[in-house]
Amino acid sequence: MADIPKPEELAKIDHTPPETPWMETPTVFRDGMWCYGAKPQNIEAVGMPNPREWSPKDEDWKLPDNWKEIVLDGMKDRLGKFRSFKLFMDICVRCGACADKCHYFIGSGDPKNMPVLRAELLRSLYRKNFTLGGKLFGKLAGGRDLTMDVFKELWYYMFQCSECRRCSVFCPYGIDTAEITMMGRELINLLGCNIDWIQAPVANCYRTGNHLGIQPHAYVSMIEFFCDEIEDVTGVRVNPTFNRKGAEILFITPSGDVFADPGTYTAMGYLMLFHYLESMGLDITWSTYASEGGNFGFFTSHEMAKRLNAKMYAEAKRLGVKWILGGECGHMWRVVHQYMDTFNGPADFLEEPVSPITGTKFENAKSTKMVHICEFTADLIRHNKLNLDPSRNDNLVVTFHDSCNPSRGMGFFEEPRYVIKNVCNNFYEMPSNTIREETFCCGSGAGLNAGENLELRMRGGLPRANAVKHVHEKHGVNMLACICAIDRAALPTLMEYWVPDVEVTGVHELVGNALILEGEKKRTTDLRGEPLPGMEDIEDEDL
Amino acid sequence: MTLRDLLIKRKDDIVKEWFDLVLEAYPDESKDFFRKQQNRFANPMGHNIREGISGLYDVIVDHGCDSEKAAPFLDQIIRIRAIQEFPPSVALAFVLEFKELVRREVSAGHEELSEEVNKLEQNLDKLALQAFDVYMGCRERIFELRVNELRNLMFGALERANLVSFPAEGEKEVKENKI
Repeated sequence: MADIPKPEELAKIDHTPPETPWMETPTVFRDGMWCYGAKPQNIEAVGMPNPREWSPKDEDWKLPDNWKEIVLDGMKDRLGKFRSFKLFMDICVRCGACADKCHYFIGSGDPKNMPVLRAELLRSLYRKNFTLGGKLFGKLAGGRDLTMDVFKELWYYMFQCSECRRCSVFCPYGIDTAEITMMGRELINLLGCNIDWIQAPVANCYRTGNHLGIQPHAYVSMIEFFCDEIEDVTGVRVNPTFNRKGAEILFITPSGDVFADPGTYTAMGYLMLFHYLESMGLDITWSTYASEGGNFGFFTSHEMAKRLNAKMYAEAKRLGVKWILGGECGHMWRVVHQYMDTFNGPADFLEEPVSPITGTKFENAKSTKMVHICEFTADLIRHNKLNLDPSRNDNLVVTFHDSCNPSRGMGFFEEPRYVIKNVCNNFYEMPSNTIREETFCCGSGAGLNAGENLELRMRGGLPRANAVKHVHEKHGVNMLACICAIDRAALPTLMEYWVPDVEVTGVHELVGNALILEGEKKRTTDLRGEPLPGMEDIEDEDL
Repeated sequence: MTLRDLLIKRKDDIVKEWFDLVLEAYPDESKDFFRKQQNRFANPMGHNIREGISGLYDVIVDHGCDSEKAAPFLDQIIRIRAIQEFPPSVALAFVLEFKELVRREVSAGHEELSEEVNKLEQNLDKLALQAFDVYMGCRERIFELRVNELRNLMFGALERANLVSFPAEGEKEVKENKI
């Protein structure tokens, strides 16, 4: 008679993962972790290679016969062109300082999400094909052949890096993992294997000027909708202008502020600020063509990023403005700060930005001619130019999430905090190892804020949400402020899963609430239509 | 000595073993990190699982697996497990694995407590079923959030572009029926 297993044997489920070295551990595509493949029309629209119907779940990715040659030639080309790429391939000593700094690793425990190992996916190809040691000793020297499985693995993990650069802060050599991911994604794009969540915005932006493909008349309609909302709340009609030649300043913001809540309330904040400053000499215009600050080309290839970035300068030139004011965006500012000048500069037809209200010269923007709106507003507050009532935000207990790109990409820490502290009375910082240069990513950056990869986003966002939960429990924080459109799109969902009582806002929504406009009626609600503190029982008709 | 006395006395060791058992599902490279990094913000998963099972331990020992008291601790652990790569059988195994830890304790010279162990195991079975509810709640939340994101994006954009029209509050579609 067969042995009857004992209860403890039955209860024992073996879930120990295989103990094979990483190169021999096959990558399994898990649903919820990967994004849909780029549609052919979106690849074709920008003249990129290999448009066809395909899915990352398919066995056959419909690659050209010489796909290996294309990837390796592409790698060779980039190793020659970008000194940083060559260095980053060579100098890593695998010390492990970065290993536990990635939010995707912290949230998942998948070793291939350790930045060192994610980079190793590409580095192993480099060693095998471009170093003598790797050519001679192969696996012994950390090299491996490019096979279809290896390419798919590379694809899977290059789209599990949000290019946030937190790991780079801890690397003793300063290896910028985001740049490695960028190179990996460029190679992937040589075979037409982008994800559609990136490729569609690229194609739309190239054609209509923004990610969603909003056409000029619809863009104007959307902003007029905000003007109506502002009038309902304040009784004041704001009148923005569009594509106005001869304006002094061009305003460019991510289109997320125009089409996605809660960014829309931030857009209302901008509109109110500009209206307030109009009588003080602000001469500013919006553009329905440069209607996108974001640049998903940056998540595709340098070339694509450059092409999409060019429209900002082109529109500034066409309108004849003196300088550009930029809205609350994340990667837009990294592109502006680190790449724009060499992509499309010098913008010698523009002038060094000077605030028309305070006379402050923004010397840090001398080269790019583009000023961050938080810096602009902080300067106004510093010069006592804004009439503010922070008590209107008293129902909010606010914390600030440093968006990866402005914080690590341009050292932008103080200005948004300065603005928040002047328009809100209740502000608490999250723990120091989760903010400023050590900030945790929202988990959805670098074009990964799709719907189909929500598990990935929830894992990647765990460290951020965990810190928010802490200040929520300790200080009663109920509002998470940020200065990035992807944050504003992604963090609400993250909060709803991990810390459901916390909402998300842009900084200029808070400014809009606190700003006292000339001739305004007694406000009873904030920009979201929620009652202001102390106004919970007052109906409009009572006033 | 009662089973409760034994479990209270041995809490630190058993919780540590239980935590290690949960970590068995992760690759070696990750296990070390989850175990050793003590900063709760640098290692939210390790911290929450450790705190969750410690709290659950007290509920099991002191409150007979009371579902209301167990709920926040189950949530603290399972909310994380539900978005990781595990099938539910692995994500929730930790509840049933506690049985093995208790049996090991009892078989080391406390056989007289086996009657009490039976009772505890019945409670643990109920706790396992409750864990399944929590897990499903988390998964359903994920799907709900996915749908909400898409709906908000599309409807919001259409509304703001003045491309849709909805009846205002209190507005009747047909004011007078004259047919």
